[in-house]
Amino acid sequence: MKRFTRDEIAQHVARDIPEGCYVNLGIGLPTLVANHLEASKDIFLHSENGILGMGPAPAPGEEDGDLINAGKQPVTLLTGGAYFHQADSFAMMRGGHLDICVMGAFQVSRTGDLANWHTGAPDAIPAVGGAMDLATGAKRVFVMMEHQTKTGKSKIVDRCTYPLTGMGCVARIYTDLAVIDITSDGLIVRDMAPGLTLKELQSITGVPLQTA
Amino acid sequence: MAGIHCGPCCVNSSRLRCDEKCNGCAEPTWLARASAADSCPPSLPAKRRQWCANAHRETQVLINKIFPDMRSAMSGIADGATVMISGFGSAGMPSALIDALIAQGAGDLTIVNNNAGNGETGLAALLAAGRVRKIICSFPRQTDSQVFDALYRSGKIELELTPQGNLAERIRAAGAGIGGFFTATGYGTQLAEDKETRLINGRHYVLESPINADVALVKAWKADRWGNLIYRKAARNFGPIMAMAAKCTIAQVDHVVPLGELDPEVIVTPGIFVQRVVHVPGDGR
Repeated sequence: MKRFTRDEIAQHVARDIPEGCYVNLGIGLPTLVANHLEASKDIFLHSENGILGMGPAPAPGEEDGDLINAGKQPVTLLTGGAYFHQADSFAMMRGGHLDICVMGAFQVSRTGDLANWHTGAPDAIPAVGGAMDLATGAKRVFVMMEHQTKTGKSKIVDRCTYPLTGMGCVARIYTDLAVIDITSDGLIVRDMAPGLTLKELQSITGVPLQTA
Repeated sequence: MAGIHCGPCCVNSSRLRCDEKCNGCAEPTWLARASAADSCPPSLPAKRRQWCANAHRETQVLINKIFPDMRSAMSGIADGATVMISGFGSAGMPSALIDALIAQGAGDLTIVNNNAGNGETGLAALLAAGRVRKIICSFPRQTDSQVFDALYRSGKIELELTPQGNLAERIRAAGAGIGGFFTATGYGTQLAEDKETRLINGRHYVLESPINADVALVKAWKADRWGNLIYRKAARNFGPIMAMAAKCTIAQVDHVVPLGELDPEVIVTPGIFVQRVVHVPGDGR
C-alpha cells in the first residue's frame, strides 16, 4: 500500500492554510508544516511560549537561548513579529483568536474528540502543556497522524480509549493514507493516497467513512 | 547631566525627583538637605516651615529596590512558602536566584513553574536538594527531567498538573485579584474531574482557582531602581504574570539602568509588582 510521506502530509496541511491566518503548529510532526508554507504567503506562526511571527531555525552559531519555540528549539523572529507573556499567549488560544492549530494525536473519535496528551499508563508521567488550550480554543483544529498504530489498529475510533485532550474539537485529520473531514454528517474523505480505494481505506478505519 | 534643578539628590541619576517642587516653599527639592528647615523661607509660619522641611526630607529618600547581594535579596523566604519561578525550559529561568534559594535553605516549598526542571541544575537542583514538597506545572515530562521523574515515581513529590493556559490564567487571576474563573479548557478531561462546571451561552466551562504565591523569582533583562522591568525576546514568558501574583517578587536582571532610561511606553512590568532586584550580569546580551 502506498502511503503519503511525512513531508507529503505536511504539504497537504500547508496548502490548506490560507494567507493571513494565525497558526499554531504543535510539537513533533506538525512542525514540518512550516517547511512547506509558501514564502509568498503571509502566515503568522504563533508559538505558545510567547511569539507571533516565528521564523525558521537560525543559521548555525546564531542561536539565541532567549528565542526558542514550544519544543525548546532555537528559532528566529520575522520582521513584524512580536513577543508577549504567557497569559496573553494563551488568551490568543483560549479567546478564539487563533485560526488554526495543527497537532499530533494518539486517537481521534468520530465526533472529533482528541486524545494526544497521555497514554494513561500507570507509570507514565503525565504532561499536558498547551494541548488542551489549543484543542479547545483554536477556531479550527487539524490533526496530523499516522492512520494506524504500529500494531495496525485504527487511530480513528468510535470512542477514544486514551484520556481526552478535548471534546468534539477536531475539524480535519491528515494521515499517511487520507485527508478526512469530521462533520456533523460523519467522516468525509477528501483525499486518499494514490491507488487506494475507499473500500480498502474503510477496511482499516475504525469508523464509517463516506466520500463528498 | 545637569539641569537647572540638578543638585545633591541627582546622584544615581534620579533627576525626576529634581523636577518636583516643595509644596511648602515652591523651591526645587534639590535644596533639601539635613538642614532643610533652614532653606525654607523664614517668612512661613513655624508649623508650615516644619511641614515644608519634612516634605524636603521625604524627597531625599531614594527608593532603591536594587539589593546589593543575593543573601539579602533572598532573606525572609520561609519553610512552606509557595514560590513561583519564571521560565519556559531554560529561557527566562532565574538560575542565580534558584541557586541562592538553595543556599538560603527554605524547604517544604510549593513550586510553580511551567516545567519540573531540566538536567541537574537550576530547578532540578532545588528538587534534588529535597526542598520541594509539591510542584504545580503543565509539562513535567521532558527528555532531561530525570530528577523530577525519580522523585515522582518514588512518591517523594506531589504534582498538580494543570493545562498551560490554565496555569498562566490562574497566575494572572491571582495578580489581578480574581477569585476564580470559568474556562472551556479541560472540560470533559481527567484534569477537570471533580471541578465545578457551568453551561454558559451553550458552551461548557470549568471553574479554576487563582494561584497566589509568597515569592516570585523572575528573570528579566533590564531594571531600574524602582523595579520597572523589561524582558528579552521569548524569555518574557511567565515573568510578568508571576511578578503580579506574589507578595514579594525578586527579579534577577542582566542590566541595571538609571531611572528614566527605560522608555515608559515599553516597560512591561511596572515597579509596583517588584519588590527586590538583583543584578546578575549575563552573557553580554
